[in-house]
Amino acid sequence: MSAIAAAPPQAAAEPRRRRLPARAWIGLAVVGLFVLAALLGPVLMPYDPVATDLPHRLLPPGSRLGDGSVAWLGTDQVGRDMLTTLLAGSRVSLLVGAATVLAGGAVGLVAGLVSGYFGGWADAVLSRVGDVQLAFPSILLAILIAGVLGPSVTNVVITLAVTRWVVFARVVRASALATRDLEFVDSARVLGAGHLRILVRHVLPSCWQPLLVAATVQIGLVMVAEASLSFLGLGIPPDQASWGATVAAGRDYLGSAWWISTMPAIALAAVVTGVGLVGDAFRDLADPRAQL
Amino acid sequence: MTMSAVHPAPTPPGEDAAAELRDVHIGFRSGRHVTPVVRGVTLRLLPGRVLALVGESGSGKSLTSLALIGLLPPGAEITSGSVVLGGDDTAGFTARQWREARGSRVAMVFQDPMAALNPGFAVGRQIAEPFRRRLGASRRDARERAVALMREVGIADAETRYGDHPHEFSGGMRQRAVIAMALALGPSVLLADEPTTALDVTVQAQILRLLARRQQEAGLATLLVSHDLGVVARMAHEVAVMYAGRIVEQGPLDAVYTRPAHPYTLGLLRAMPDGKEEGGRLTPIAGLPPDPRRPPGGCAFHPRCPFATDVCRTEDPPLAGSGGRSVACHHADEVRAAHSGPDSAAHGAPQSGPHSAAHSTEEDR
Amino acid sequence: MGRFLLRRAGQAVLVAWGAVTLVFVVVRVVPGDPATLILGPDASADQLASVRADFGLDKPLWQQYLTHMGEVLHGDFGDSWRLGGGAMSATLDRFPATLELAALALVITLAAGFPLGMLCARRPGRILDALVSAGSLVGQALPSFWLGIVLILLFARQLHWLPSTAGGGPEAVILPSVTLALPFVGWLARLVRNGALEEIGKDYVRTARAKGTGEGAVLYVHVARNIALPVVTVLGLLMGNFIANAVIVEVVFSWPGLGSLMVDAITNRDYAVVEAAIVTITVCYIALNLVVDVLCVALDPRLTPQNA
Repeated sequence: MSAIAAAPPQAAAEPRRRRLPARAWIGLAVVGLFVLAALLGPVLMPYDPVATDLPHRLLPPGSRLGDGSVAWLGTDQVGRDMLTTLLAGSRVSLLVGAATVLAGGAVGLVAGLVSGYFGGWADAVLSRVGDVQLAFPSILLAILIAGVLGPSVTNVVITLAVTRWVVFARVVRASALATRDLEFVDSARVLGAGHLRILVRHVLPSCWQPLLVAATVQIGLVMVAEASLSFLGLGIPPDQASWGATVAAGRDYLGSAWWISTMPAIALAAVVTGVGLVGDAFRDLADPRAQL
Repeated sequence: MTMSAVHPAPTPPGEDAAAELRDVHIGFRSGRHVTPVVRGVTLRLLPGRVLALVGESGSGKSLTSLALIGLLPPGAEITSGSVVLGGDDTAGFTARQWREARGSRVAMVFQDPMAALNPGFAVGRQIAEPFRRRLGASRRDARERAVALMREVGIADAETRYGDHPHEFSGGMRQRAVIAMALALGPSVLLADEPTTALDVTVQAQILRLLARRQQEAGLATLLVSHDLGVVARMAHEVAVMYAGRIVEQGPLDAVYTRPAHPYTLGLLRAMPDGKEEGGRLTPIAGLPPDPRRPPGGCAFHPRCPFATDVCRTEDPPLAGSGGRSVACHHADEVRAAHSGPDSAAHGAPQSGPHSAAHSTEEDR
Repeated sequence: MGRFLLRRAGQAVLVAWGAVTLVFVVVRVVPGDPATLILGPDASADQLASVRADFGLDKPLWQQYLTHMGEVLHGDFGDSWRLGGGAMSATLDRFPATLELAALALVITLAAGFPLGMLCARRPGRILDALVSAGSLVGQALPSFWLGIVLILLFARQLHWLPSTAGGGPEAVILPSVTLALPFVGWLARLVRNGALEEIGKDYVRTARAKGTGEGAVLYVHVARNIALPVVTVLGLLMGNFIANAVIVEVVFSWPGLGSLMVDAITNRDYAVVEAAIVTITVCYIALNLVVDVLCVALDPRLTPQNA
C-alpha cells in the first residue's frame, strides 16, 4: 500500500487549506462588526434604560415611530427601540467577554506558569484545586457565585473569571512543562539566568499561542454564560441592557412580539458562531494536525 | 466438513483463467489529473496455480491485487483495461455484484494480521461472519463451521479460542485466522498480499506451508504478492516482476530465477540472501524507483540500469516473448549472458520448489 | 483492573469532598453575615445573636466547617428557611424530575446524533455533512434558554402540539429535553463522523469488505463496535452536562426539577437548599465520570481481566 502514499495526501490537503480561510474570514467579519457595534453603537444611539414610550410599545420591525424615525428591529414592551437596546447589550457582552478572558487569562497564566515551571507542591495544590473545580459543572458554579455576589457587571466578570481560570492554567501549564526541560532552557540555566529571566524570555513566549487559542474559544463561552446569568436575573443589573435579560423580558410577549426575544438571541448566536469560526482557524493555524 | 462442501461451483477445468487482468491501467485521480500507477498489466490466474507478483514497494503490485477484488483505495481507479473474474468482466459489476463476488469467488489475505482483524470482535465471530451474513447460517451452525475452519488452518483448541479477541492471539495464529476468513466461502481465486511480511521468521515458514497446502487441496488460483524472492520461490509456479507499474519480466519460476532476462530481475536476485554467501555479500539495486508523477522517459528502469544505452532513454521496450516467457528490455540478451557466468548456480536458484513446500503439511499442525 | 477502579473511586471521593468545601467557602465566607441575610437589615442585635447561636455561626469558621462536614456526611444540609423542612429532602423530591429530563435528552441526542454522524461518514463532504458541521457550530452558540423559548413559541403556542409547562401531562417532558439535547446532536454527530472516518481507513474494514460484508454491516457493525467506546465516554459526560444545563432549561419551562429549585433558592438566599442542590448535582456528575471509567474498562476488549 505504500505505493499510494506519495500522491493522494497532498492532493487532499490542498483544497482544504484553501477553503479554511473563507470560513475564518466570515467569522472575522461578524466579530469585527460586533466590536464596531459595541464601540460605536451606544455613541450613535444612546440607550436610556428608564425611557418609556408606551404608545409605541410592541411595534414590529420596520415600524415608523412618532418622531418619524424607523424602528428597524421593532420596539419592546415599554416602547424602547430594539436596535438601540441591542447595541447597548453588545457593549456589555463585549465588555464582560473581554474583561473575563483578560482576568481569567491573567490568573491562569500566573498559576499555569508557577505549576508548570516550578512543579512541586505548588503544582500539586493548583492541579488538585483545578480538578475539584472542573468536577463542577461550570454553569452551577457561576450561578452559585453570581447569586451570592449579587447582580453587577463587576460581579459577573469575577464570577466567570473564577469559573474559567482553570482552563487557561491547564493550557499554560502544559506549554510551560514542555518548554521547561528543553535544551536551550537548560543552557540558559547553566549560564546563570534567574527563574524570572527564564520564565519571561523562554517559557512565556511558548505559552502565548495556546493561550490565545484558548482565549478565543472561551470568549464565546463566556458571552453565552453572561447571557444565561442575565436571563436568570443573576447577571447584569436591570438598569443596563443585556442580551440575556432582553430575551428574558421578551418571554412574556412571545405570542405578540416575537422579535423582543429573538433579536438578541440571534445576535448572540451570530457573534458566538463567528468567534467559534475564528477560534477554529486559530487552532488550525497553531496545530495543522488538529483539523478534521 | 471439507472445503468443497461450501464451494459454490467446481473450478473450471483446463486452461480457462479463474481471474484475469487485461491491459489494466490504474491511476490516482486528483481533480482532472490522473497519476498513472499501474500501466498496462496483463495477468492470468489459473486454477491450482500460484502466480507471484514481485517488485519493490511502490511498484503497483498491491494496487494490482486490490483491483482483482474491487477494493482499490479511495482516489484510485481503473482507467482502462478489464478485470475478468471467472469469465465475467467486472467493469459492469454493481456494488452488490462485487459484494457477492468477494469471499465466494475471490478472497484476500492481507499483510498485517493484527490490523486486518477487527479489534472489537472475537476472532471466531469474525470467521463466522461470512457464514452468518452471506449464507444466512444460524448462529450455532456458523459457529460450528467457523470452529471447523479454525481447526483446518491449524488453530489449536479452536473451540475455546473461538471467543478470544485478536489481541489474545499470536501473530501467526492471527494470520491463520485471516486465512480461515479468506477460505470460508470456498473462493476460486485467492489473493495473498505479502502474507508473511509482518510475521516472525519462524512463523513465516508455517504460514507459507499452510497457504501452499490449502491452495493445492482446493485448487485455488492464487496471486502471491511479495517483495521477498525467497517466499516466492517456496510457493509460486510462475513469476511476474513488476517495476514502476509495468510487468517487466514474466515466466515460469525456474526459468526466471535461473535465467533472468531483465536487469531489474537480475538486480533483485543478486540482492537476495541465499545463505551460501558468507557475511551476506548483498548487491542491492542502486537508486530509487521513479516518482509516478514524474516518470523518466523511455524505459522506466533506465536511470538505475547498468545496461542502459541511448535507446533505453527514449524508447519504452514492449513486453515480448514466447512460450510463457516474456521480458520488456532492449538488452535482454546481454542480461541473460551476464547472468550465465560461473556465478549463476550460486545465485538465484530456488532452494525449495513449491511442491516441497506444499507436501510438508503434517509438521505444520 | 480492580486497583485502577479503586484509585479512580478514591479520586472521586476526594473531588466530591473538595466540591463540598468549595461550596461551603462560597456560601459561608463570601456573602458576609448570614444572620443579617436571613433576618434582613432591620433586625436587632439580640435577634441576630440568637440566630447566630441557632446556626452555630458564633463559633470559629474551622469549627463550623467541621460540624458542617459531619452533617453533610449524614446527608444533612440544614433546613430550608423558606420551604420549612430539610434542604436535602426538598432536593431529593425534585431530583427525579431533573433525571427524567436529562435521561430523555441523552436518548434523543444518541438516537439522532449517532445515525446522523454515520450518514455523514458514509458521504463525507456532501451536503448533509456540511449541514451537520454548520449545525454543530451554531448549536453550540445558541443560548439554550432562547432555543427553549422558540420551541415553546412554535410547538406550544402556534401548533398546539405539545404542552410548554410541567402541568401539561407526561408529554410535557418532550420540549425541555429536546431543548437540552438539540445543541449536542450536531456535536455528537461530528464526533461519531470523525471517529467513523478514522476507523473506515483502517485495514480491518478492508478485510470485512474482502469477505463480502455489505457497506451497511461494515459501518454499523464493524466500525460502530470500535467507536462505541469513545461514544460511551462522551455519553457519560453529556449526562452530567445535561443535569447541569437543566438548570436554565428548567427555568424556561417551569420544570419542577433541581435546577429551578436551585435558582429559586439562590434568588431567595436559601443557602441550605442551594448547597444541597449543588452538592447533589456535583456528586452525580462525579459519579457519572466514575461510571464512564468503569464502562470503558468493561467495553475495551484489550483490557479484559486476563490482560489488565
